Amino acid sequence: MSEPVSPNGRRALDLVPKAEGKQTMKQFKSDQEVRWCPGCGDYAILAAFQSFLPTLGIRQENTVVVSGIGCSSRFPYYLNTYGMHSIHGRAPAIASGLATTRPDLSVWMITGDGDALSIGGNHLIHALRRNVNIKILLFNNRIYGLTKGQYSPTSELGKVTKSTPVGSADAPFNPVSLALGAEASFVARTLDSDRKHLTSVLSAAAEHQGSAFIEIYQNCPIFNDDAFEVLKNPETRDEAVVRVEHGEPITFGPDGAHCVVRRGFGLAVAKTAEVDPADIVVHDAHDPDPSYAFALSRLPGENLLHTPMGVLRDVPRPSYDEIVRGQLDAARTGKSLDDELDSLLYSGDTWAIV
Amino acid sequence: MAKQVRQLDRVVIRFAGDSGDGMQLTGDRFTAESAQLGNDLSTLPNFPAEIRAPAGTLPGVSSFQLHFADYDILTPGDAPNVLVAMNPAALKANLADVPRAADIIVNTDEFTKRNLTKVGYDANPLEDGTLDSYAVHEVPLTSLTVKALESFDISKKDAERSKNMFALGLLSWMYNRSVEGTEAFLRKKFANRPELVEANVTALKAGWNYGETTEDFAVRYEVKPAKLPAGTYRNITGNTALAYGLIAASVRAGLPLFLGAYPITPASDVLHELSKHKKFGVLTFQAEDEIAAVGAALGASYGGALGVTSTSGPGVALKGETIGLAVMQELPLVICDIQRAGPSTGMPTKTEQADLNMALYGRHGESPAAVIAASSPSDCFYAAIEAARIAVTYRVPVLLLSDGYLANGSEPWRLPKVAELPEITVDFATAHNHENPDGSTAFWPYLRDPETLARPWAIPGTPGLEHRIGGIEKADGTGNISYDPANHDTMVRLRQAKVDAIARDIPDLVADDPSGEARVLVLGWGSTYGPIGAAVRRLRDNGHHVAQAHLRHLNPLPANTEAMLRGYDKVVVPEMNLGQLSQLLRGRFLIDVIGYNKVRGLPFTAGELESALEEIVKNV
Ligand SMILES: Cc1ncc(C[n+]2csc(CCOP(=O)(O)OP(=O)(O)O)c2C)c(N)n1
Ligand code: SF4
Ligand SMILES: [Mg+2]
Repeated sequence: MSEPVSPNGRRALDLVPKAEGKQTMKQFKSDQEVRWCPGCGDYAILAAFQSFLPTLGIRQENTVVVSGIGCSSRFPYYLNTYGMHSIHGRAPAIASGLATTRPDLSVWMITGDGDALSIGGNHLIHALRRNVNIKILLFNNRIYGLTKGQYSPTSELGKVTKSTPVGSADAPFNPVSLALGAEASFVARTLDSDRKHLTSVLSAAAEHQGSAFIEIYQNCPIFNDDAFEVLKNPETRDEAVVRVEHGEPITFGPDGAHCVVRRGFGLAVAKTAEVDPADIVVHDAHDPDPSYAFALSRLPGENLLHTPMGVLRDVPRPSYDEIVRGQLDAARTGKSLDDELDSLLYSGDTWAIV
Repeated sequence: MAKQVRQLDRVVIRFAGDSGDGMQLTGDRFTAESAQLGNDLSTLPNFPAEIRAPAGTLPGVSSFQLHFADYDILTPGDAPNVLVAMNPAALKANLADVPRAADIIVNTDEFTKRNLTKVGYDANPLEDGTLDSYAVHEVPLTSLTVKALESFDISKKDAERSKNMFALGLLSWMYNRSVEGTEAFLRKKFANRPELVEANVTALKAGWNYGETTEDFAVRYEVKPAKLPAGTYRNITGNTALAYGLIAASVRAGLPLFLGAYPITPASDVLHELSKHKKFGVLTFQAEDEIAAVGAALGASYGGALGVTSTSGPGVALKGETIGLAVMQELPLVICDIQRAGPSTGMPTKTEQADLNMALYGRHGESPAAVIAASSPSDCFYAAIEAARIAVTYRVPVLLLSDGYLANGSEPWRLPKVAELPEITVDFATAHNHENPDGSTAFWPYLRDPETLARPWAIPGTPGLEHRIGGIEKADGTGNISYDPANHDTMVRLRQAKVDAIARDIPDLVADDPSGEARVLVLGWGSTYGPIGAAVRRLRDNGHHVAQAHLRHLNPLPANTEAMLRGYDKVVVPEMNLGQLSQLLRGRFLIDVIGYNKVRGLPFTAGELESALEEIVKNV
């Protein structure tokens, strides 16, 4: 669907060695016992990811998964790729160092809403701003799972948790809006339980040259059960989910009864029957102006009603790692580094003592 | 008038002026001239943290001290023989350091009522007898410069700005230094402003001629070239040497160098310098903060680069958790701490060695890392190579300690041949290392080399070695997550044993005791090497016996450290902190070493150490 080419014509996986034979899901499963709580949304994401990896057609040893800390960040242990479970919030920095020095790797980052948006918020926005070639999967369960249920930066205002017995007093982030504000060149949202959609978003992200940010709504049955029920329940989901596909008019609801139209500086939901079809917004993920995707990200009202799902933004922008490697390549002289070192040491004002 | 020429063996000059007066540049140029002449030298820049404190005030004073001699010297000198004071503030801020009878050259133009009041002089010190016991040379530097540049089509401000070149010309005449190098330097510096080239060169020459013609300067001095070992030399600051050392390590190891850094005084020049050398494949990453800087460096190391981060104390404090991760993951990582006076913002441009405890212990859990320290500006080069060697060989984080004094100070460096630099061997894992009971093979990321105890460095992209690492405790061998109590105890001891084992691979501590009769050992680490050495020399010249030893490795300590310390009646440990190494030695060896501790943001002077040590040596 997308236009995965960066301004210099490069595709994300161009420099990653291709697999020889056909790969299977099984070879990407590690021998470690998976230890999330029964019913945790992380299982579904893991299964989707394991079956998605073979479709990339790159060598198994050239995929690396880096994570922070949280339930979600245990992810790398269950994948038979290279993997690093790092420290709380710092995965974007670690992944940036790795991706910048190793263009032959496909680098994925797993993080949670606390990991990415609380302790690691600074690293996240800067990774997106730099557009380093890493694919960031944010498992948003709107709670701190691993530390047993405190509210998180995506929990709704007034959330009652162990640390907020009379309700939280701080307003949440909208991770998609935040990523767009941080100049992200690829921003998407998907749902743990919708394997097909999740997989299609992963595929689009994999091909995107630069950072890709994917918010995955993930259910935590233990500490925040059914947080996304409205998006999953067959009775409510059609009204609640706004699917966006590049090039398609944005309509949703039973028989496309609802649609998205421009209003003022932003977008609004209208009844399809009541608007001129020409006024229905045709989704343009490649719009250079992020205001459009931002307006889309602001559609949901209370209770996740009208939540856009899909690739909201996918634009070409030079990636940090391409630029800096270009600078290094341009500086190379072809002389041996020993000789270069010798010239460096003996450069400047020197004098001889005999 | 024929001028008298007097021979000296050494001179200490301090250039002092307002931050905007160009004193650092003047000092640098005089240093370069002295280096070209073949003197041994050592420098000490001293400047305020503010970029431009209000002009003419005490906090705005910037100075540059240079010690040059016809023999090898170890420090920038205790007290200046010559003070160049560009304004009343510079005089006031520096006078206490100047011994009686020394030369003071003052720029009388700046001694106006207003400027005097600004720094709290009620009366003009040039007139009220304050300077009676000094050899004062009153020179209207500003107006002489402006006059010399009358015919130039430049602003009065630009003309006045050239007064530092006038002063440099005068001093160059006094000490018989050629100004040719400076002329060439000016031509390059102002290449796109030719009018300024001519103005500055004219001011420089006017200063020289002023010395030649005025009667006030009756004597010229000569300091002959020093008899240093044969070789090619250049003058180098600690930060440049450190950056070169990292490049050399990367070349010797055949690993690309990745530097993650966030700007901080006095470490930023390491980032600046390394960002210039892209042809070596050096990738510099200016991160969003120090945590990201070390994180990115660790990520690069994981991918098979030489991951380095450079910072000062406040940055190391932020990096602690990631260094702990590197301890756990057993990956190479070099953390350069260019120490400055703390705690907190402290005195950012002033030196100190008070981060030793942080380097050794500043992480949670049992978290051993190697710690090494540089002892002089040029030694930063070798210390950086050694840090990289240990990190790569043992797969451990190495903290490399320098400080503000070494970072900005300079000395002549006899340049090494690249082929003579230490080898750094890298062996990435490429094959399975374990045989299962059923005869199949596997890769165990935490199986160790029996010699070094290092685990295999298996970088992503290596087929068949896919594995996961992390901060959670590892099972010995397999590297799988383990909460087993006995395993944790084993792993804690293994990580410690690995760092301890580095002691087998580092040189023994060597004591310098020419007479062989010393009963007192002076043990130092880091930048105190110069002042301790100079003090010890003076004591020996006065007939005392005293031994000196200096630690490059602070963790682990050289294997013979305890035995050496026990060989003396007394061990004195001077440190620019409240006794951090002393405490370590007492705790480790139950040897009651004597600390000499000052934390003034300035290096020790040889004189103060001499008196302190003399007391001890006389009383053993
Ligand atoms: C420096 C540090 N502070 C705090 C923690 C404790 N901690 C671990 S995970 C976590 C929050 C995890 O929440 P989230 O990122 O949403 O992940 P989830 O468990 O919900 O998947 C916290 C606070 C830690 N490991 N490290
Ligand atoms: S606490 Fe929640 S997020 Fe964590 S494993 Fe259990 S269900 Fe999943
Ligand atoms: Mg969470």
